[in-house]
Amino acid sequence: MSYVAIKGGGRAISGAAAVTEFLRTEEGLGETPAEPLGIDAILHQLRHLVDRVVSEGGVYHPKFAALAVKQSLGDTLEAAFALRAWRSTRPRLSATPPLDTSRMRLIRRISSAFKEIPGGQMLGPTPDYALRLLRMELMDESPDAFRAVARAWLDSCPEAQLPDSFPKVLDSLRAEGLLPPVAGRTQAAFDITREPLGFPVPRSAALATMARAETGSLLAIAYSNMRGYGDVHPTVAELRVGYLPVLLPHPITGEPTEVGEALVTECEVVAMYEADDAGGKPMFTIGYGACFGHNEVKAISMAILDRALQKGMKDGPGNPSEDPEFVLLHVDGVDSMGFASHYKMPHYVTFQSDLDRLRTTQQKQEANA
Amino acid sequence: MNAMTPAKTGNAYNFGFLDEYAKKEVRRAVLKAIAIPGYQVPYASREMPMGRGFGTGGLQLTLSLIGPDEVVKVIDQGSDDSVNAVNLRHFIEMTCPGVSTTTKTAECTLIQSRHRIPELPLTSTQIIVLQVPYPDPLVVVEPSEDKRKTMHGEADYSRLLVKLYEDIVKFDEITISHRYPTRINGHYVIDPSPIPRWDVPKLNASASLILFGAGREKKIYAVPPYTKAEPLAFSDVPFRVEDFRDEQGRRRACARCGCVDSFLDEFVADSGSKTWQCSDSDWCDGHATKSILARQTQGEPA
Repeated sequence: MSYVAIKGGGRAISGAAAVTEFLRTEEGLGETPAEPLGIDAILHQLRHLVDRVVSEGGVYHPKFAALAVKQSLGDTLEAAFALRAWRSTRPRLSATPPLDTSRMRLIRRISSAFKEIPGGQMLGPTPDYALRLLRMELMDESPDAFRAVARAWLDSCPEAQLPDSFPKVLDSLRAEGLLPPVAGRTQAAFDITREPLGFPVPRSAALATMARAETGSLLAIAYSNMRGYGDVHPTVAELRVGYLPVLLPHPITGEPTEVGEALVTECEVVAMYEADDAGGKPMFTIGYGACFGHNEVKAISMAILDRALQKGMKDGPGNPSEDPEFVLLHVDGVDSMGFASHYKMPHYVTFQSDLDRLRTTQQKQEANA
Repeated sequence: MNAMTPAKTGNAYNFGFLDEYAKKEVRRAVLKAIAIPGYQVPYASREMPMGRGFGTGGLQLTLSLIGPDEVVKVIDQGSDDSVNAVNLRHFIEMTCPGVSTTTKTAECTLIQSRHRIPELPLTSTQIIVLQVPYPDPLVVVEPSEDKRKTMHGEADYSRLLVKLYEDIVKFDEITISHRYPTRINGHYVIDPSPIPRWDVPKLNASASLILFGAGREKKIYAVPPYTKAEPLAFSDVPFRVEDFRDEQGRRRACARCGCVDSFLDEFVADSGSKTWQCSDSDWCDGHATKSILARQTQGEPA
């Protein structure tokens, strides 16, 4: 019996790291030695993994996100975690002004509220209408076949000139008086990376928290609302995916200057109307969702929860998805996966203490019997 | 690996991993925590490269307080060699070049610990940082943080006392084993982190500053030096630490060093028989050495 049950902790850790690295690299010893997975291959062929990681990692750095995917062997929670940890070493140097999403370079844009929308529906890349049948021909895809697919698509692609910006569907609803006018900015956006959440939180803090939340966690709580633990009943007024120009003040002139673009998904839902407290006309209500990367399930879930939380903050929460504390403190992947994992650490001091209580209580009961 | 080696390259990490703004923020929270003993000061809490729940709150405190001359000790369950302690110590060594680490409680200036306060009384030149999973003792009776904040402000701990009372009615014992709610400086009740009840009296009038860091829950709080810390109890039901007496009522001794006044870990051998040893490994090493020396001076073989 050893003195401390886990004596030699340092050796154990390096051994665990070594065997994990072996699992990553063992294919290199095969009969036809495999090439290591390239960062570019992950960026392109596993793009939705990268999308999840930039979004949940909370920093738009697709290359490092791909690196994180590679080193974590494809575990999105671990990969987002590594990217978030890297992010926390970077100082905050500047903030962008609010960016105008009508200027997005779109790859996809739909509305389920209207058959036709100004600017037109644009399906773009989506598996929504694909048959989810396993494509056996991809099991052993040759480089030639791979290239041929891409070339054929480019050859058949008409050279359409897309406009620089598309009107927002919500603007037409607003023009009809079905939606309240855009509220002016009354306060600066809450920075969740520099301020802890203190309840009640401003809406910007809730949106920021959900924007980097774990996709599955957001989906689960939003789904509870969709199924009946809530009554948002949303309609997707507009869902758009594309590259959003990022502006920063010019260091000399201070003029907003484009410094690059980020792939984002944005979703605006319209929900059942509410009476106006001041006695005005009833209007539809809005829920907003947006995140880095192409991740529609996340943006839709976020938009539904934004609406649910606004309702909860106004009338008091009627179910978990309307409760800001319940939603916002349980959707962060880094927090929740870390805490779930920590139960694997030794707890023998506290367990010793538990044993002491149970034994004493048992003894007392025996003595009293 | 080069990314971790501080160098004058664009991607190098700062001394102590966190950027200086982050450290300043933590230090400001620490000052506030000291000024209001037991109050949970909210702070932003950066992500660290280890799991939330593995000591990221404690680590942010350590990395914000650490200076190049620091002598750091890291323990988990009382042991310097526990996997998590090894991991955290390694990370501190990697990101804080020049800092020295030790396993000796008497030699360190800064201790990061999970679940234990060392047996050796700490001094006024030492700081201990405890890792905290649940910063709020009221969470057992009130799930809403908003409501708990008001209760703390009003020092309204009646529901916590009712829980202790209900325990006594049901079990004739207070069943809280660790994380024992403790009132600091006559007002705020804290969750002293999952230290056993054995360690709770060490909080009272401690010579060293005791800091608590909850990374996931984004809170920092403190028991400043020489501050009153009283575990919640009733006048007719006193607070009691873990009982290490055997069936005959004798205090069990550490099987390795013979100590009869330390917190013991219970070991079950393959045969099913049990032995007990000190949880605090440095304490145990010191006692083992002392007992060998004592035997040698008495002329016995070591």
